[in-house]
Amino acid sequence: MRRREFITLPAVALGGAMLDSLARESRRLRMVGENVLVPLRFFTGQEAQVIAAACERIFPRDATGPGATDAGVVVYIDRQLAGPYGRDTYRYVTPPFLDSVPQHGYQGRETPRDTYRAGIRALGDFARLPAAEQDAKLVAIEQSRFFELLRAHTMEGVFSDPIHGGNTNLVGWRLIGFPGPRMQYRTQIDKHFGEAWRPKPAGLAQITGRPVVPFEDEGK
Amino acid sequence: MATTLKPVDVVIIGGGFTGLTMAKELCSRTALSVLVLERGVERSLGDYAIGMDELDYAVRLRMMQNAAQETITHRHSPRATAVPIRQYGSFLPGTGVGGSGEHWQGMAWRYFPDVFELRTHLVRKHGASRLPGDLDVRDWGVTYDQLEPHYWRAEQTLGVGGKAGNLRGRIIPGGNPYEGPRANDYPLPPLKRAYLSKLFADGAAKLGLHPHPTPSALLSQPYTNPDGVSRGACEYCGYCERFGCMVGAKAQPTNTLLPVLRAQKTFELRTGCWVRRILHKEGRITGVRYADASGRDVAQPAAIVVLATYTLNNVRLLHLSTVGMPYDPGSRQGTLGRNLTHQVIDRTPVFFEKPLNRFMGAGALTDRVSDFDGDHGLTGSEGILRLGAIEVQAAGARPIASFGAMPNAAAKRNWGSEWKASAVTWYDRSAPLVFVGEHLAWRQNFMDLDPTYTDKFGDPLLRFTLDWTEHEHRQREVGSDIAKKIARAMGAKLDDTHPARGPYDATAYQSTHIQGGAIMGTSPESSVVNEHLQHWQMPDLWVIGASSFPQNASHNPTLTALALTTWAADALIGRYLRSPGKLV
Repeated sequence: MRRREFITLPAVALGGAMLDSLARESRRLRMVGENVLVPLRFFTGQEAQVIAAACERIFPRDATGPGATDAGVVVYIDRQLAGPYGRDTYRYVTPPFLDSVPQHGYQGRETPRDTYRAGIRALGDFARLPAAEQDAKLVAIEQSRFFELLRAHTMEGVFSDPIHGGNTNLVGWRLIGFPGPRMQYRTQIDKHFGEAWRPKPAGLAQITGRPVVPFEDEGK
Repeated sequence: MATTLKPVDVVIIGGGFTGLTMAKELCSRTALSVLVLERGVERSLGDYAIGMDELDYAVRLRMMQNAAQETITHRHSPRATAVPIRQYGSFLPGTGVGGSGEHWQGMAWRYFPDVFELRTHLVRKHGASRLPGDLDVRDWGVTYDQLEPHYWRAEQTLGVGGKAGNLRGRIIPGGNPYEGPRANDYPLPPLKRAYLSKLFADGAAKLGLHPHPTPSALLSQPYTNPDGVSRGACEYCGYCERFGCMVGAKAQPTNTLLPVLRAQKTFELRTGCWVRRILHKEGRITGVRYADASGRDVAQPAAIVVLATYTLNNVRLLHLSTVGMPYDPGSRQGTLGRNLTHQVIDRTPVFFEKPLNRFMGAGALTDRVSDFDGDHGLTGSEGILRLGAIEVQAAGARPIASFGAMPNAAAKRNWGSEWKASAVTWYDRSAPLVFVGEHLAWRQNFMDLDPTYTDKFGDPLLRFTLDWTEHEHRQREVGSDIAKKIARAMGAKLDDTHPARGPYDATAYQSTHIQGGAIMGTSPESSVVNEHLQHWQMPDLWVIGASSFPQNASHNPTLTALALTTWAADALIGRYLRSPGKLV
């Protein structure tokens, strides 16, 4: 058993989303003052801080609205890497691993877990740097597979259903006016032409009223 | 040592649209025992309601074949070494009962009449000597007129809604004036139209073009089909392609065919059964060999085998079972694996002043102009033989896939505050116009077995040798120019970009339309199955689905695959069963 690792997140940012995404682990959550200690599945606490800081530069909280930290993106990524995706359970990983053209996609042996471990190591003391220096570090690795994954996972963490641990309080969906999987628009589809119509967003568990087991938790 | 089970009359390999359609024909019209072997799992309507999750379904591809167990390899030319496509990208084959028919978009097109006689058509138009030597387009051996009643059967089974453009030769405004003549109007009217549909239709009409709705297998109204199966209407929820339908409005094998089959005593469906070989002796079928859900090696004797999986596995199983002669592009001898085609796609990003509410939509809520499809709109100066259509999809936009579309100059990089602000601004104000072109067959594009890589059982993977030619590059360029004209007529903004002339990209989604490899035709020298989809060398083997298409059309293939299935079923039931032997 690995030592239990945590990331500290502001309780106010987690809010009601705890019910959706963290309920299964509620016994392991700890409050410390205004903060919640969220148990990690893959990252160490230090690694999680580096990832959280990098995601925040990719999708910052700013005048446009909430950012990756507000959305709990690091919790999302931690769970993906701990689950079948992080272990490449659904990728063809039979050798030989040959170099090929970009049109054949990623041909390497490394799993997303491997790529993150190495990528985090290379970022060093990233979490303690000022924003401008953080940006410079990210620009330097912009062409790497690690950055490609990190960027994609940041978007996924902001915009996926809260069952996956990100999009806390639906901040991602609220930002762009996406209502979630609401199902019924038969009387609306041919209306609101040229006007923004923004139904109140809701997540899948809330809408269906049923427990939803995400891919990363299957078999848990 | 394999366990040998009790014989059945017919084994159908694959529980998707074509396999279950064939099962329905056989079970309702004959007394034969029919066993469908499906390697995936069963799903129900309830699974689809809790499956409205973009991440697990549209990004992690939960309904698709698991590439870890089996994929394809790809190379751009016969001189290159193929590598495995380690994650599916340019097409997404489904798994589970219903197959790709569960996660399709429900676009239920008929092909143009000339597609079925393309060789004859092009020779008549240009002269045989003016066609490129590497062009391998064919006549199918079946004509549109012969298939027309079968199209109609499929449209009734699915409950297709649309606007007829050619009713028994009479051109009807608002429909597709270029379609083949229909004997009957659609069973249902088209879906309702979204704002984006209206913008497109108005823009295209300003240019004198003929926009028309895409025929939809998502019900526009509650409907009961001729088999007595009732389904409710589409809710425009925006979760269609890559998802199963949570209200059952989208025609899927599980909600249109299985309810009928479940009532048949002669029907059996076994899931988790991975067929590895078609068994044969002295030119006759003896059965199949498969690994069941527990991994047990099973021999299932059968008098007739219908191979009804997705194109890839149809072709691969024939190769693995050493049925037929593999195609050699050098000598052009052999037939198995030839005429591999995909789809020629180009997307022009377009930006609008007003919000689109694009979260609403439906997979087949699509509008097209067909004025340049086939070759009726070509002037001769374009340097191509066939072109394609332009369409806009109000299919429902989900945030992970859609966030980030913006005009080229809007942000320096694709992350950070400047980018985020722009992406939020444009999020609900952009949509691509899509050029959807025919992919012609060329001699160098084919499928055989890979010499190096294997699946989870150690069987060789299927290998694609496939690349774009100058013809496809030109199609995209011409198509993109037309799309831009329409976009401007819609009052939209767009970048001045041109389609990249890159090699075939296995990572970027095009369409799940892979055709060929076991093509139909009128001669055993140039095709794998005859015009009834019966194998030329093995009369008790029938190979159905898009593997039989000698070339693709601009139109989505499902309805044609279904029409060909009942066409084949008529020959199998009406002729073969009376006198089991070669029909041609």
